[in-house]
Order: sequence, then C-alpha cells, then structure tokens
Amino acid sequence: MTVDYVLKRAGMFVLIIFVAGTLNFAVPRLRPTNPVEERMNQLLQQAGGVHISNVEEMIARYEDRFGLNNPLWLQYVNYWISLSRLDFGQSIAYFPAKVTEEIRQSMPWTIGLVGVTTVMAAVIGSFFGAWLGWTRTPLAISFVVPLLLIVTAVPFYLLGLLMMWVFTVWWPLLPGGGAYDFAIPPSFTLASILDILEHAILPATAIILSSIGFWGLGMRGMMVTTMGDDFIKLAEFKGLKERRIFLRYAVRNALLPQVTGLAINLGFVVSGSVLVEVLFAYPGIGNLLYTAITSNDYFLIQGVLMYVIFAIGLMLFIVDMIYPLIDPRIRYRSA
Amino acid sequence: MANNATTPLDPNVQGSHDVTVFETETLVSRIGWTIGRNKLLFGGLFLILFIVLFAILGSIFIDEERTEVGYAMAPQETADGSIKETVAPRLRPSREFWFGSDQFAVDIFAYVAYGTMGTLWMGFIAGSIGIGIGTLLGFVAGYFGGKIDVIVVILSDALITIPGLILLITVSAYLDQLSVEQLGILIGVISWMGTARVVRAQVLTLKSRAYVEVSKFNGQSDIEIVVAELIPNLAPFIAAAFVGAVAGAILLSIGLSALGLGPQNEPNLGLMAFWFIRFGAVPQGLWWWFGPPIVVIAIFVVGLFMVTAGLDQIANPRLRTSV
Repeated sequence: MTVDYVLKRAGMFVLIIFVAGTLNFAVPRLRPTNPVEERMNQLLQQAGGVHISNVEEMIARYEDRFGLNNPLWLQYVNYWISLSRLDFGQSIAYFPAKVTEEIRQSMPWTIGLVGVTTVMAAVIGSFFGAWLGWTRTPLAISFVVPLLLIVTAVPFYLLGLLMMWVFTVWWPLLPGGGAYDFAIPPSFTLASILDILEHAILPATAIILSSIGFWGLGMRGMMVTTMGDDFIKLAEFKGLKERRIFLRYAVRNALLPQVTGLAINLGFVVSGSVLVEVLFAYPGIGNLLYTAITSNDYFLIQGVLMYVIFAIGLMLFIVDMIYPLIDPRIRYRSA
Repeated sequence: MANNATTPLDPNVQGSHDVTVFETETLVSRIGWTIGRNKLLFGGLFLILFIVLFAILGSIFIDEERTEVGYAMAPQETADGSIKETVAPRLRPSREFWFGSDQFAVDIFAYVAYGTMGTLWMGFIAGSIGIGIGTLLGFVAGYFGGKIDVIVVILSDALITIPGLILLITVSAYLDQLSVEQLGILIGVISWMGTARVVRAQVLTLKSRAYVEVSKFNGQSDIEIVVAELIPNLAPFIAAAFVGAVAGAILLSIGLSALGLGPQNEPNLGLMAFWFIRFGAVPQGLWWWFGPPIVVIAIFVVGLFMVTAGLDQIANPRLRTSV
C-alpha cells in the first residue's frame, strides 16, 4: 500500500466533504423566502389565524438566535466550526430539539431495517446468482432470470405497496405501518422484539425482493465470465470435486465485485430508504428527511444531508483501502 | 471493419460513392441481424414500443377532459323518477371507464395514458441531457487528458457519492413548483457521472489503438478523429448508457413525485402514486387505482433493462454466450 495512494484517496474524501458542505451551506440560502418567517406563518395558520401584533419582532429574535443576521462569511465560518464539532444546530420545526438528537433517534431504525436487508439481499442474491451461473445447474431453472428482472424493475416502494395491499387488506396478517405498536414501547423484552420484527417484515421483504435481482444478476454475469477462465478448466482436469470447484474456484473469484458492491451499498444505508420509510411510516432517517422538507426545517435538512454524505464518503474511503487486500490483482496502480 | 471480409480489395472499384452505399447497407442489415438474433434486445424494444404507443395513441385519441377532477359521471335516479348525472368517484372498471375512476372521479385510463406520456417525456429529456453532458465530459477527459481529466474525474467521483434521490429531494425543497420539463433537466444535470466514466474509459483504450494513430499520422484533426473513428466504436456503449439513464431518471422522478415534491399540475405517474398513497387507495382496496400505473412502470422498466442487457452483449461479446 503506497503512501501516495492513501493520500490521494484521503484527499478525495476531504474534498467530497468540503464540496458537499459548501453546497449544503449555499443552496438553502439561495432561496428567496425566509425560513423563520415561513415557519411563523405556518404556526399562525395552525393556530387558526390568530392575530399577533409583534410577529416581526419574534421573527427578528429567532433570526438572531439562528445567526441568520450575521454577514455571509461569518455564517460560513461558524457553519464549519459547528460542523467540526458535529453540531448541526437546533431544529426549526421541533424547536428546542437538537438536530443531532433527531438523527441519533432515527439512525437505529434505519440501520436495523435498511442495513440488515441490504446484507441479506446481497448474500441471498449472490449465492442464488452463483447457482444460476453454474454450468451444471439444470436449464429449467433459467426461467427464474426474467422473474428476477421483473421484481427488480418494479421500484421497491411500489412493490411494498402491493404487498401492503395483499397482507393488510386482502389477507390482514401484518401491521401496515410504523416500527412498533404504541402499546408496547421498544425495549429489550421478548414481546417488544417480536413486535418490532413483525412490523419490519413488510418493508424488509419489499427491500429484499426488489434488490435481490440486482445482486443475483450481477453475480450470474460474473460467474459466467469466471467459468470461461482457464483456471477452472485446469481445476476440472485435475479432477477436483465439483463442490470444491464451485466454492473455492468459481464463487471465490466471482464474489469480489459483489463484496465491493456490498461495502459501497452499506455506506448508502445511512441515507435510508426514503420512500419505503415514508410509505410504511417507519421512523428512520429517510422519514426524518421527508418530515424536515415538508416542514421547511433547513437545519434538520442540512444536518441529515451532511451526515449522509459524511457516512458515504467514509465508507467509500474504507472500501478503497481494503479492496486491494481482497483482490491481490490490484496493486494500487490505477489510483 | 465489417466489409473487409466480403469486399475484394480491387483498387479499380474503390470509388468513394460505391463504398458509402455498401457501408450503409451492411450497417442496416447488421442492425437488423443483431436485433433479430438478440432476443433480449428484441423483447425489450417490443415492451418499450408497446408503452410508448399506448402513451402516444392515448394522448391523441383520449379527450384531455377525462383526466380532470370530477369527470366520471354516473346516472342516478332521483325522487321524481328522472335520471340525473352525478359525479362518481371510486367507480370500478366498466365499459365506459376502462380502469374505473379514482377518489376525485378522474378517469383512470385516460390519466394513466397522459401520465405515462408526461413521465416518458421527462425521462427522455433527462436521459438526453445526462447522456449529452456525460459523453462530452467523458470524451474531453479521456481524449485530452491532463488537468481537464483530473477535474472531470474528481467532479464525477464527488457527485456520485450523493444518492440521487436524496440530492433531488433536497434541491426540490428549495425550489418552487417544478414543471415536467424542469424536473427532466434537473435530473439530467445530476445524472451524467456514470456515462462520463464509461465513455472516458472507452476513449482511453480506443485512442491508443492503431487505427487512431494512423488517422493522427494522416493529419486528421481531433474533431475528425472523434467523429469518424471514436463515436462509431462507442455507439453501443452510449446507447446502453442512454437507456440506463432514461430508466434511472424515470424511477427517480416517480420516487420524487410520489413524495409530493415533483410536478403537481401536469399528469405523470409519480403524481398519481402520490395521490393514491395519500388517499389510502391501498387500505380501501382500490386496486384499479394503484394497479395500472404500477403495471405500466414495471413493463417499461423491464423493457429498458432488457435493452440495456442486449446492448451490453453487443458491446461486450464475452457475455453473448450467456443467454
């Protein structure tokens, strides 16, 4: 591992954070409307159009509180200072609540749902794909390929919707939304865990079903290419057992891109799955972002976005670091 | 390359006119042959054509009025025995309304036709812009190298880390009402990175090939080389990337609109998804409301996937044996 390579990758990571952070700062400020004023008007409307004489003063106070009156460069500097302390400020919509606190509460749900399903889909899909690409698999199985293609093509929120229809309306078997029953607050008791699992079945199945084809078809393609390689022929001529050729020779080599793919996808886990979470009212990061946007909560939007980009960038950096360890053929040349 | 095997290399017959005719013939017959042989490409094109025709014919022959709120009418007998037409929401499919009507008494069949048109148009715009930017940047980066190359690579590496939907949701939060065209442009602008990478990688390998060196030696300009030597060899890759970009753009736009953050005033499938989610079509069991758009999306995206896979086989002959 050369120092040059590591430095380049690390520089890339820093650059991504810098660009994303700057955009994150600039874009909300390009908007002509005033977020505080908007929120105030929204609250006033909710209160039934009550007339309050000193709205202007309240807006000014809040702007002061959020530092929106400072010159732009100062805001920018302050922004980076607080970012470096992992402080994203306070939410406008849920005012006294801290943005980091909101993120911290949503994160376990997203990692639990999207993280677990991503790993499951990758494992199941890869082995299924390996089996499909194996030359000795009965030909009759190939009908599965178009089936995989179709399940993958339907976006998972729509697949989730169909499943919701089947299992909550047509044959009411599972809860249709939320992460847990409000009568059973989440805790580490058996009843609570079972309840949480029950609520996770539908969204989880939707995500797994729709991404399994991606892994399966990718693995199948890699297997087909690998099976054509000379070392497989050699292994056959040596009279090795089929099982050994399959696992140690074919799958071992075809799996490399899948492993990278999984690592990259794990980075994207933190961004959650906005649509599935919104559809199933699952209290994860995606849902948090959606709520933030529908209530014009800019600090929350910024916090979530920054957090997501940071996690993805870090994950990609880690992948870049470990990939050469997995695949000895890569020697950091093409950095 | 293709005509070397069949044309006798007779210097007397090599009039430029004859050669052109011959080349176009082989090109056309080769495309025909490829599509005929390539089941994936053929099947995919068929599915896409089916949906495109549905959208075009639908929006030509169906009265646009039918997509408006309150269109569906049902006859009702009043107390004095006369028949009165009333607005009828949530009608089951019938001969008058093929896919029934929704919560707002909109004719679902008409709406799906117009909505498909809107979504396809958006996908086409996004795909074209994405592919245009991507091809241009990929070409420039790969062909000229140097600082431009570094900038393009860093830019695409940085942008590709942000999930498309998250970026889109965030940007749309700061924009006012989007139109279908604006959404298409927006998606196009944020989805050129994949194409740029593929094109750049291909240009890098192509530009060191002997025939490019020969052209350079013959004094052809950079533009001539790009147009005459590189683009024809890149065509299958660019076509595959275009199809992929359109599919990605359509799925992205539907996702965005299903959250209620997309175009609100023009019919599109994502907006339809937003309404049927918002108004509980699923708990009410109104399958004729949420079913048709899902089926249309599925058919279209499966078609695009098949075409991409088929084009990949042309571009990458190693895959050809596999299906």
